[in-house]
Amino acid sequence: MTHAYTPGLRIAEKTKVASHRVLPLLGDVVVKKGDVLRAEDVVARTHLPGKVHAINAVNRLGIQPKDLREYMLKKEGDPVQKDEIIAETKPWVKMLKAVLLSPITGTIETISTVTGQILLREPPKPIQVSAYVDGTVTEILEKEGVVIETTATLIQGIFGVGGETVGELVLAVDKPEDTLADDRILPAHKDKIIVGGAFVRHDALEKARRVGVRGIIIGGFNDEDLKKLLGYDLGVAITGSEEIGLTLILTEGFGQIPIAQKTFDLLQSRAGAKASINGATQIRAGVVRPEIVIPYETSKPSGAETDKPADRGMEIGDTVRVIRVPYFGKIGRIKALPFSPQTIETEASVRILEIEFSDGSTIVVPRANVEMIER
Amino acid sequence: MDVIIATDCGSTTTKAILIEKKDGVYRQTFRGESPTTVEAPFEDVTRGVLNAFAEVEELSGRKILDGEKIITPARGNVGVDIYLSTSSAGGGLQMMVAGAVKTMTAESAQRAALGAGAIVMDVIASNDRRLPHEKIDRIRHLRPDMILLSGGTDGGTVTHVVELAEYISAANPRPRLGMTFQLPVIYAGNKDAREKIREILNSKTALSVTENIRPTLERENLFPARQEIQKLFLEHVMAQAPGYKKLMSWTGAPIMPTPGAVGLIMQAIAKKGTINVVGVDIGGATTDVFSVYGEIFNRTVSANLGMSYSISNVLAEAGLENILRWVPFDIEESDLRNRIKNKMIRPTTIPQTVEELKIEQAISREALRVSFCQHKSLAVGLKGVQRERDISEAFKQEMEGETLVDMLQLDLLVGSGGVLSHAPRRSQAMLMMIDAFQPEGITRIAVDSIFMMPHLGVLSTVNEQAATEVFEKDCLIHLGTCVSLAKGSIGKPKEKCISYKITMPDGKKTEDSLPYGELRVLPLGIDQMAEIEILPAKNFDVGAGKGKPMTKKVFGGVVGIVIDTRGRPITLAKDKTSRGEQLQRWTKAIEAYPA
Repeated sequence: MTHAYTPGLRIAEKTKVASHRVLPLLGDVVVKKGDVLRAEDVVARTHLPGKVHAINAVNRLGIQPKDLREYMLKKEGDPVQKDEIIAETKPWVKMLKAVLLSPITGTIETISTVTGQILLREPPKPIQVSAYVDGTVTEILEKEGVVIETTATLIQGIFGVGGETVGELVLAVDKPEDTLADDRILPAHKDKIIVGGAFVRHDALEKARRVGVRGIIIGGFNDEDLKKLLGYDLGVAITGSEEIGLTLILTEGFGQIPIAQKTFDLLQSRAGAKASINGATQIRAGVVRPEIVIPYETSKPSGAETDKPADRGMEIGDTVRVIRVPYFGKIGRIKALPFSPQTIETEASVRILEIEFSDGSTIVVPRANVEMIER
Repeated sequence: MDVIIATDCGSTTTKAILIEKKDGVYRQTFRGESPTTVEAPFEDVTRGVLNAFAEVEELSGRKILDGEKIITPARGNVGVDIYLSTSSAGGGLQMMVAGAVKTMTAESAQRAALGAGAIVMDVIASNDRRLPHEKIDRIRHLRPDMILLSGGTDGGTVTHVVELAEYISAANPRPRLGMTFQLPVIYAGNKDAREKIREILNSKTALSVTENIRPTLERENLFPARQEIQKLFLEHVMAQAPGYKKLMSWTGAPIMPTPGAVGLIMQAIAKKGTINVVGVDIGGATTDVFSVYGEIFNRTVSANLGMSYSISNVLAEAGLENILRWVPFDIEESDLRNRIKNKMIRPTTIPQTVEELKIEQAISREALRVSFCQHKSLAVGLKGVQRERDISEAFKQEMEGETLVDMLQLDLLVGSGGVLSHAPRRSQAMLMMIDAFQPEGITRIAVDSIFMMPHLGVLSTVNEQAATEVFEKDCLIHLGTCVSLAKGSIGKPKEKCISYKITMPDGKKTEDSLPYGELRVLPLGIDQMAEIEILPAKNFDVGAGKGKPMTKKVFGGVVGIVIDTRGRPITLAKDKTSRGEQLQRWTKAIEAYPA
């Protein structure tokens, strides 16, 4: 074992991106293979089953569960309107008559002669899936969705909140080290995806929300501000469904950390283009990282692809980022990859590597504490 | 059977161990590991297994594979006699349970599922205060691997359990894995409702019916339901996971859920020594706690308390203050929060500095403590049983709840999982466990050397002798014995607390005393035994009552005997400086960190 595998986030100037656009339930695909789509176009539709309501019919009517069917005016599968009578008693004295009104418009799902309950279901709710990226349909997944391919700049973030959104990419700072202060957020940023620098505070996020910014890409921010943004302490990193008015993507981590120069330069070079971003993060086996996809205008899947994922281990000379204190966020080149484990300050015996920085200084860190940066 | 290879396919790593019979004794000889390959791009668990085997082959020089085939039986340095495996890959077995009354049948159902090695995603009960549509939505959205439906004692309520079945039917839930097959539902409730349940659920789910888990209020019958869960786990859930059909054809015994296998080992330890055992397995995502008291076995899983993926949830559940109380130096709250989140988003990193190690071990104390509290609240006697109590019992009840986990009756505490098994010094593991579990009286403490309890658990189902021998010789590392005060013993710093007389194995006698609020280590090697006579001061109790002396045999270990007079619960100073000094003093006494 001469090389070690280490996680890395993709940062590619031009690569092929395949996006699976799938319905949560089977439904209808409304586009064809070969169609050239815009991010906003609908690709598939279906209906989610409506919400179920239960009524304790026997209590309301004062009858026995086993007799419920005798009093029903409707049977299973029948459509009903809100406030329509669905069951009634037939006493001799009309004044004593009890009626049961439907609380919803929908259908009768079940009439139970054991529990005396009636379950009603609201009408199905239509949902649709959009293309999310400008691109071409390359595959139809029958009744489920499509695969859309595009040639794009692809940047994976490390953590995000908020779901998919699309907008024009705008730089709101000059350098990766800058803080995205609230005075940098302008009314002109409405409906845009803005790139900050090393840090953003909660007040600036609030302003961005007020202005109508769709997304923010930033190096780092504080966990305290995440708690304020979400309204709770995030326990498990499964995100993407938050409704917080915008999508936030961190490229580096928590704290004040400049966006890696390469990432910043790449974002700067694509400013003005239409970007599709998704904050969804899931950190378990089968990791999902937030993504920034910026398609090139002639979005043909056959377009030239210049970057491919690095599917090899670390080698001397590779650029890596340290991802744990005391050197958190530092970027340098691998100088040595000794084979045998070494004892580090904690007295643990682990495999390490030596990193050299641009100023010629070197450090030793556990291999587990670095991630590769694509060349 | 002389050569055994076993794997545990965990959510991140597949760990293989080789066991060989040498000079008539089974020993664990080599181990290999490789990333688990259940997810894309491989989507075939056997890839990771083969890679882990390859590492064992490389290290041991034994040829195990012929291409992708396991060579059996073993001949000389070629082949193995049997291959066994456990699995928690892909999130393990995720279940939803339902019962009529939350504290009765629903709680029994929860215990049945947990004992079989499942993660319980939600407990639905007729009286859980959720509205019907909320319950139905929840069932539909959770997408469990399996549902256990119980409710009613035999001859008891039918309507409540039928109502729950109606909700399940209305939700029409789909399983997590495999779009096309039907969700397995086990019915283990009132036998009088079976026909109705079949009518409602047979066409919509893969229904199986087993004995009632609560035939009467006074009796819990969890075994048949647990058996059924494990059977369906193999038939439905595992068979849908990528590559498992192939893996199942390789193994010489059914694949077990990892925690189910660890549970077997815990029960075997308790049975062999006729002792009460508490075990913990703290992982990256979840923490499992097991207890065996007499005949009663309980297991709980804290699904979102762990040291990597779930580390941020430890902060959310335990609270920042509780973590900070174990950190012996000043750290800004926002700095600590950011460090925890950075570990969550990059879960495979390790502490590089002693300061970082101390922070991580502070967090682990809280993860262990919260998991143990959750365990104690579920490991309880049956609720809803009518029994007479005298007034003193009633008071005791109020103070202690109904938990079966009596710390004074605990003989052995076993720890497993990265943060405990791989702590750079064993004394760190011992102190973490003492601080988190706060044992009382005399308690032996041990750790799993390299995480092999799951392997040995499944091995015990085919060869108990091999499992026991390896467990005793290679798996369990005795750290020593903790001698501590009993619950409610609180004093003032430096107050006279206990004096003790210890007779070492060579007959040498030592007499000394230790004031309140201190920790002291007396070296006593593995396999050595000493006799200790403890005399507590009149306000203190070591298990025999206030001021009452106690004489007991104590066992040594790699750390030794730890005498702990820090009170139960352990009292930490309120102000930061004194607390920092306290922590420094304690860690120094046990030599936990480099000077």
